[in-house]
Amino acid sequence: MKTNRWTGFGLTAFTYLVAFVLFFPILWMILTSFKTEADAFAYPPQLLFDPTLANWEIALFDTNFLDHLINTLIITGLSTAAALALGIPASYALAYYQTRRSDFTLMWLISTRMLPPVGVIVPLFVIFRDLGLRDTHLGMIIIYTAMNLPLVVWMMRSFFLDVPYEILEASRIDGTSLWQEFRFIVIPLVLPGLFATALLCMIFAWNEFFFAFNMTVTDAAPVSVYISSFKTAEGLFWAKMSAGATAAVLPIVIAGWIAQRQLVQGLTMGAVK
Amino acid sequence: MSQAVAVYKSEDAVKPERSIFAARRLLPIPTILFMVVVTQIPLLLTLRYSLERWNLLRPDRRTFLGFDNYPDVLTDPNFVTIILNTLVITVSVVVFTLIFGIALALLLNRDFPGKGIVRTMLITPFLIMPTVSAVLWKNVLFNPAFGLLASLAVMLGLPRSDMLQDHAMIAVIIVIVWQWTPFMMLILLAGLQSLDHDQIEAAQIDGAGPLVLFRYIVLPHLQRYIELAVLMETLFILSVFGVIFVLTSGGPGIQTTNLSYGIYQEAFQRWDIGEASAMGVYAIILANIVLLVFVRVLRRGQQEGIAT
Repeated sequence: MKTNRWTGFGLTAFTYLVAFVLFFPILWMILTSFKTEADAFAYPPQLLFDPTLANWEIALFDTNFLDHLINTLIITGLSTAAALALGIPASYALAYYQTRRSDFTLMWLISTRMLPPVGVIVPLFVIFRDLGLRDTHLGMIIIYTAMNLPLVVWMMRSFFLDVPYEILEASRIDGTSLWQEFRFIVIPLVLPGLFATALLCMIFAWNEFFFAFNMTVTDAAPVSVYISSFKTAEGLFWAKMSAGATAAVLPIVIAGWIAQRQLVQGLTMGAVK
Repeated sequence: MSQAVAVYKSEDAVKPERSIFAARRLLPIPTILFMVVVTQIPLLLTLRYSLERWNLLRPDRRTFLGFDNYPDVLTDPNFVTIILNTLVITVSVVVFTLIFGIALALLLNRDFPGKGIVRTMLITPFLIMPTVSAVLWKNVLFNPAFGLLASLAVMLGLPRSDMLQDHAMIAVIIVIVWQWTPFMMLILLAGLQSLDHDQIEAAQIDGAGPLVLFRYIVLPHLQRYIELAVLMETLFILSVFGVIFVLTSGGPGIQTTNLSYGIYQEAFQRWDIGEASAMGVYAIILANIVLLVFVRVLRRGQQEGIAT
């Protein structure tokens, strides 16, 4: 939209200000992680200080942080892989070989993603307890695979539908097998979408708390659960807490920044591009 | 599965070559089976448990009860409060994020230096895990003694207030709005970017001011995006748990206890599986009302091909 030059400057300055204010808590967390504990809760709040890495060392190596980070990595990685392995063939068929049931299947899948976790938590807890799946990586991987499967199916389907039909038709006339068509023609065309889908699954699995909190105790507890134990930090460990919290979000925030172009599509199950 | 097989047969008869395609139509079966086992069977079990008197602390006294849990839950005054809290949180978060989301999307829908960085900064609160957001706000911002907001109040000569004690609900809403504003912003920005610029220029030539443009061209165009974003966000916010757990533990009292947190307490602190399941069924009903509208909007968007 055309605007007066000075109005334009004003709006831009205002945008910078808003972005700074909204980002400030995160910036403050990062700054605090490099302070001494004394500086961390000094009054007035300190913007300039002697940075130290001491709290990072303590937060990462003198606590159970790394154990929980490994849990998060295992659960996130394997649940994403499982969701892709199950979801890609399904979305392939739902995109290219539609039946009268396809529409229902898609809507049903999305409804499983949008229903409240509290609607299934009690039976899952009982089943997991009886099967010995509580506080195990496998248990969490099963839950997160189910959580991300509808996302994979919807997103990959929307990417498959973008592949020009002529290309598929030509290859089918040439008599390529399903596997060849999939591996050598379709997959290379949807590779960027595949990466974006994987990244989104990772973001959701990495950040999930409700199931993790109720289904794990210590052995399989991911970082999100570990961080929640800081809810009563009371000012004494702010710097260490900030270091741990920054480390906990850093990998996935970077993944989100990389995938930000596809973020909208993923958040809306491919409905908005 | 029986349906898929039926399709296989009927179309097989028409064209022999189709059988290959029909086999390919079975590819979704593993996904469907997995989702049935992990989500639908527990859903049915929730219904089943809701008909029982069953406390995990006294597993020997598990008995079938019928529908008694449902009126028991409904007549509990705490449950009414919990439902109201859930609605207050959901409605305020959706309204505020919508207002801020539209404003930010409009601000970002211009060309200016550093746009990429600004956009990246603005989406970051959404990428951060909810427990980190809550821990951060609770300790660093809301702490009544050392928190940044307390310091700010002192500098401005205002009285310090303990947000999490005195205005717990507002504190919870602030944190969730902070987290979810980027979600609205991103979807509405995608909507703005798909706007037809010729139409806007034509209206401007006809002398339409910014407000008229917004009201009669931008807003109608955004309607579909707003519907989608509002419905999805509603479904997610109805189930908010982490922020409340960390920030207030549902308190003071039950002032900030929503349905998710209330069910968590019923199931895993009082171990009352029967009543927790009945509450779970109410949560499912509440979500389903929103979900039905959502599926309709989504299906219409697919058919008209506007949002895709």
